[in-house]
Amino acid sequence: MSIAIQAQALTRSFGDTRALDGIDLEVPSGTVLGLLGPNGSGKTTAVRILATLLPPSSGRASVGGFDVVRQAPQVRTVIGLTGQYAAVDGNLTGVENLELIGRLLDLSRSQARHRAVELIERLDFADAGRRLSKTYSGGMRRRLDLAASLVGRPRVLFLDEPTTGLDPRSRIGMWAIIRELVADGTAVLLTTQYLEEADQLADEIAVLDLGRVIAAGTSDELKRRIGGQVLEVRTVDPVDLDAVAAELAALTGDAPSIDRATRLVKVPAQDTVLVAAVVRRLDEVGIVIADLALRRPSLDDVFLQLIGRRAAMNEPATSAA
Amino acid sequence: MVHALVLTHRHLLHLIRIPGLALWSTAQPILFLLLFDFMFSGVISRDTGDYIDFLVPGVVVQFLALTVFTTAVGVHADLCAGIVDRFRSLPIARSAVLSGRILSDAIRCAVNIVVLLAAGALLGFRFSTGVVPIVGAFLLAIAFGVALAWAGAWIGLTARSPEAVQSVGSIWVVPLTFLSSVFVPTRTVPGWLQTVVKVNPLTDVADALRALTLGGPTTGPVLASLAWTTGVLVTFSALAVRRYRRLE
Repeated sequence: MSIAIQAQALTRSFGDTRALDGIDLEVPSGTVLGLLGPNGSGKTTAVRILATLLPPSSGRASVGGFDVVRQAPQVRTVIGLTGQYAAVDGNLTGVENLELIGRLLDLSRSQARHRAVELIERLDFADAGRRLSKTYSGGMRRRLDLAASLVGRPRVLFLDEPTTGLDPRSRIGMWAIIRELVADGTAVLLTTQYLEEADQLADEIAVLDLGRVIAAGTSDELKRRIGGQVLEVRTVDPVDLDAVAAELAALTGDAPSIDRATRLVKVPAQDTVLVAAVVRRLDEVGIVIADLALRRPSLDDVFLQLIGRRAAMNEPATSAA
Repeated sequence: MVHALVLTHRHLLHLIRIPGLALWSTAQPILFLLLFDFMFSGVISRDTGDYIDFLVPGVVVQFLALTVFTTAVGVHADLCAGIVDRFRSLPIARSAVLSGRILSDAIRCAVNIVVLLAAGALLGFRFSTGVVPIVGAFLLAIAFGVALAWAGAWIGLTARSPEAVQSVGSIWVVPLTFLSSVFVPTRTVPGWLQTVVKVNPLTDVADALRALTLGGPTTGPVLASLAWTTGVLVTFSALAVRRYRRLE
């Protein structure tokens, strides 16, 4: 597997603001790297540097084997970029927008037309392809924007928050298209604020905060990092809470936490076999339970814990300054 | 070069597609032509001979001056919409985007001038020189329009907000048009103001177009117009291209 995107110690400052503070990234062909981060964490800056729109302050990066600074024109031949807003010309039709890009990519008039129609069909525009794109819904404009970045069959695709503001159905449609592209070998760098989107699409996730990668790994690895799974048992009768806690402590070796208000006993659970054991044991001692669940932490938990931890750490420093 | 032409095509499609764009840029000068002819010809004709003959070259210059504004608005809108980013991520020459725009502006100018002349002819405008000076006037007008379009491109790329671009129209273009010989002969303006009118390039171009189409001494105003055109063209094309290259 070849490396499609590589960044080393990339930094970028705007005046006194350090938007990127030394990030390393690596995206193999045919995979998706999800860049997760709150607003202002440096996601867009990273994408703009890699797409040759913005020079880095220091560090180096290559895309498709070409250096983004010294070989920017070559980089542009292998990339597609879909930005945060749909950069389509509202006064051209869908087909015309794509033809325009095709012509700029040195396709002949007929080739450009052919490619435009092909993409319009593939992305399910049907007859809308002949309408002015300013009449499109938000979802269609985004899809057209994505189509525009696909005209040149890019090996590397940058998607900067491609589904922000889209309804769930459009979002799922967008995901399906992205998956197809990746299956064809395209490398994708995806920035998103939607954790579910990263969970669905990304092979690897890098969590960005204040211009640094504060965590990286697969979705599962990240979830495991904040501590595996949690077994939650809800009793019918509050009287049973202590008995349940005692049984869980005996089975897991961990001290359960008891929430009397919600009649919930929680304990970290390392393996799923535990669930069966707990059910059997509680049945044996005759405790009736209302609910039992093994909950995996969501990416939201990961995100909130990572970013929350930073925010908590920074707070004293910020208020002192 | 092909890329620039492809982008020129895009802008020309806009003229057809955007309701009001073509209309605004064509109808507005014609409106001025009618307004000034009906309102002022009685007063001004005493100084100019037939006012419509004086007025038509003036309104052509007014139209050219507005090109600064039209181009600035268009360039700024593309910048804000991320369309410029898309073009910058494509393997095309850095100059193609701006030159495509400017070429379409030149074509737009040419078409509009012809329409204006036709409207002027209906109101009684007549050429009184030969083919060569008339063609020369036409080329001079377009060259000046192109130079101003470069200034507009630079403004569009540099302005921080659409409002800032709008203010260029009201704060610079409109007053400069009136502080010139576009609508009235320089000699009818109070003495102290004549100084301003005389250094205004719009005066030189209006006078040059009048000399080339109606007769009179041509060398002075034509040379001054060419000097201004070259100066504006060289300065602002360099500034605009530099600005485009440094976009981030």
